[in-house]
Amino acid sequence: MKKVWLLLPFTFVFALIVVFFFALRDETDSSILESALLNQPLPERPLKLLDGDEMINLAEVAQDGPFLLNIWGTWCPACRTEHPVLNELAAQGIRIVGVNYKDEPLAAKKWLIELHNPYFLNVEDPIGNYGLDLGVYGAPETYFIDGQGIIRHRVVGEVTRTMWREELQSIWESL
Amino acid sequence: MIPELGLYAIILATILSGLAGLLPLLGWRWQYANLMGTAKPLTLVTTGFIGLAFMLLVYAFVVDDFSLAYVVIQSTTTLPVYYKVSAVWGGHEGSMVLWVLMLSGWGAAVALASRSLPQDLVSVVLAVINLVLFGFMLFILLTSNPFERVLPNIPMDGQDLNPLLQDIGLILHPPLLYMGYVGFAVAFAFAVAALITGQFDSAWARWARPWTDIAWVFLTLGIALGSWWAYYELGWGGWWFWDPVENASLMPWLVGTALMHSLAVTEKRSGFKVWTVLLAIFAFAYSLLGTFLVRSGVLTSVHAFANDPDRGMFILGLLTITVAGSLLLFALRANRFKESISFNLLSRESFLLINNVLLVVSAFIILALTLMPLVWDAMGGGSISIGAPFFNMMINPIALLLVFAVGVGQLLRWKQHKQDGFGRWLLVMLVASVVLGWGWAWWMGDALSIWLVVSAVSIVWVLLSTGREIHHRIAGKANKWQVLRRQQPSWYGMMCGHLGVIMVVLGAAFVTHFEEKIDVRLVDGDRIEFAGYDLHYKGIKHVEGPNWVSDTGVFDVYRGGELVTTLYPEKRFYTVARQMMTEAGIDDRLYRDLYVSLGEQLDSGAWTARIQVKPYVRFLWLGALVMSLGGVLAVLDRRYRRQA
Repeated sequence: MKKVWLLLPFTFVFALIVVFFFALRDETDSSILESALLNQPLPERPLKLLDGDEMINLAEVAQDGPFLLNIWGTWCPACRTEHPVLNELAAQGIRIVGVNYKDEPLAAKKWLIELHNPYFLNVEDPIGNYGLDLGVYGAPETYFIDGQGIIRHRVVGEVTRTMWREELQSIWESL
Repeated sequence: MIPELGLYAIILATILSGLAGLLPLLGWRWQYANLMGTAKPLTLVTTGFIGLAFMLLVYAFVVDDFSLAYVVIQSTTTLPVYYKVSAVWGGHEGSMVLWVLMLSGWGAAVALASRSLPQDLVSVVLAVINLVLFGFMLFILLTSNPFERVLPNIPMDGQDLNPLLQDIGLILHPPLLYMGYVGFAVAFAFAVAALITGQFDSAWARWARPWTDIAWVFLTLGIALGSWWAYYELGWGGWWFWDPVENASLMPWLVGTALMHSLAVTEKRSGFKVWTVLLAIFAFAYSLLGTFLVRSGVLTSVHAFANDPDRGMFILGLLTITVAGSLLLFALRANRFKESISFNLLSRESFLLINNVLLVVSAFIILALTLMPLVWDAMGGGSISIGAPFFNMMINPIALLLVFAVGVGQLLRWKQHKQDGFGRWLLVMLVASVVLGWGWAWWMGDALSIWLVVSAVSIVWVLLSTGREIHHRIAGKANKWQVLRRQQPSWYGMMCGHLGVIMVVLGAAFVTHFEEKIDVRLVDGDRIEFAGYDLHYKGIKHVEGPNWVSDTGVFDVYRGGELVTTLYPEKRFYTVARQMMTEAGIDDRLYRDLYVSLGEQLDSGAWTARIQVKPYVRFLWLGALVMSLGGVLAVLDRRYRRQA
């Protein structure tokens, strides 16, 4: 009887290790992480527009229909690779809102002039407070926001043409 | 050439630590003294080679050797030299080198300070430490070589150390924390050695105790420093976020605290043996788990480190072998320990048991809450996150219960507390602390908040109990000072430790309850009246540092018309790393902090800022210091010196 009791800690730890094992294995083959805020409304925080002095609340943007919320910065090499894809999406009439994340406004404006501006709206998040609200891991990240301002999907890392064709387009159309 | 020497040193140390893990064990198995005798010299030589590798890595940073990938990621030419040194452990590879350096350092300390221990026990203890070390050396060699070159195209400059880490707090925080984590390896090794050799008596506990105490002191200081750093450097003014990385350090601390207390029972009364061994294993298991959680990226956190699942798998493997292995050994061997203890309900033993149960339960709750998102996700429930309020709700009641238990426990004698009128005295003490505590909360301005009142009552409770304990020692004695001087350092250690606890409770309760903050928009010459202070914003000045430029706000702080201080909160831009950092401007006093952090500049030239008043926030860290002092005093106790 006593011996069985002594096995308890071992069993407990072993079970934990199994959980870790599977969690780690899953981690390796998924670039799409679900947001803590999935199916939740966008966090409220007044944000300053990149060009202009106005403060806006992103939840209000949703009143005119769904949009993509793209976290980007000029310091982020993956954002540069992603940029042409965003340009193409914008050309298809998809509304993209940019969150200029931990960046300098001047550099950001210069970037948009040089590389074309796919965003119909850009807000500043210079110290990453809004990123913290959203639970951003790093740039780029893209959130799918529906007409009610609810986060419906999240892509961590760059959006590629293949991803859009195979998976994301149908999600966008379902919003 | 020099980096290759470093790599050779690491390879040699790996082989040597493997030998130092294997040979003494074989020697013990065959009872062959010469083979057991290899443990000490091998441990010392291994430590030497790891030390050499570490020095060479430091050298590579100091001379800006950008042919090393790790130096490129972590450093830059304009980085001040002290940050170059601390950049060594700013990233994954280097911090693992620091980790093994400390582990082998602890091993060397055991080897040098254990002359009075029986040879077979020391050999097995050192062998266990070296086996753990061997695992981590392999980890470094196979997945995290800090001496990896970037050839042939050597970068001209590095990418700079993460600006968050360019701070005195972060120079010291990881080494202290690691000293604590790794220090529990010694207690762990003692426990495993006891399981292997079957030698387990109060002498064992007397050897293991000081090591555990020292590790605990380091861990306490490390956690406090981390909290202090987060407070002034992250710019939010928070001091604890229940972030997975923080939890990873708090859990071993809680279990380690339980271990310190249960070792007391094992030493003095030769009881709780099975439990003590289990705690020793768990304290180190939690430390390894902390390393695993932080390094593998299984959990994402606000200040997450670089993630790498392969490294995670390797550490998980090490965790499995070390922890599951030792627990299996525990399951097979622990029933051999004879428990010969009996005690009354009102005795020091029973209150130490309460202490242990509460500490271990809180460590498990924190573990469960930290891992919940992971388990939930694995079950297909999607990602969730558990916020600070939930942690507070679960942990605060346990913490306060613990504080009340301290108030009784520190008065009690071993086995059975015989004292006339003790029950009556407790009742008087309870009434007195409720009246005084409530009055205090009322005087502070809020007599209705349950948390504040209970915290205040618990503080008064422990203070009264401490007063009584001192009174009890000196009452009726002719020369009171002499009596106090003759008390054992460990008695002072206990008092200090417990006073530290209530200081932390005081800080936490008061700052949570009475802090005030406002967010303001500022143009030059603005005046803000807030919480009895008058802040004059005089504008922004431009400051340039070695690898950053800063907008520094200037705030003259007046109180009652008199200039109290001038605060300089900064918004720093690190030019190489291209990151913005917030440096808060803090006027720190014992009883309150005035905390100003800059937000962002609006296009009109105005700035946003957050102003906070934090009463008694210093007590959090002072309390931790006092607690650590208690730990140091406990180690200084004469009986350890006699033994060593």
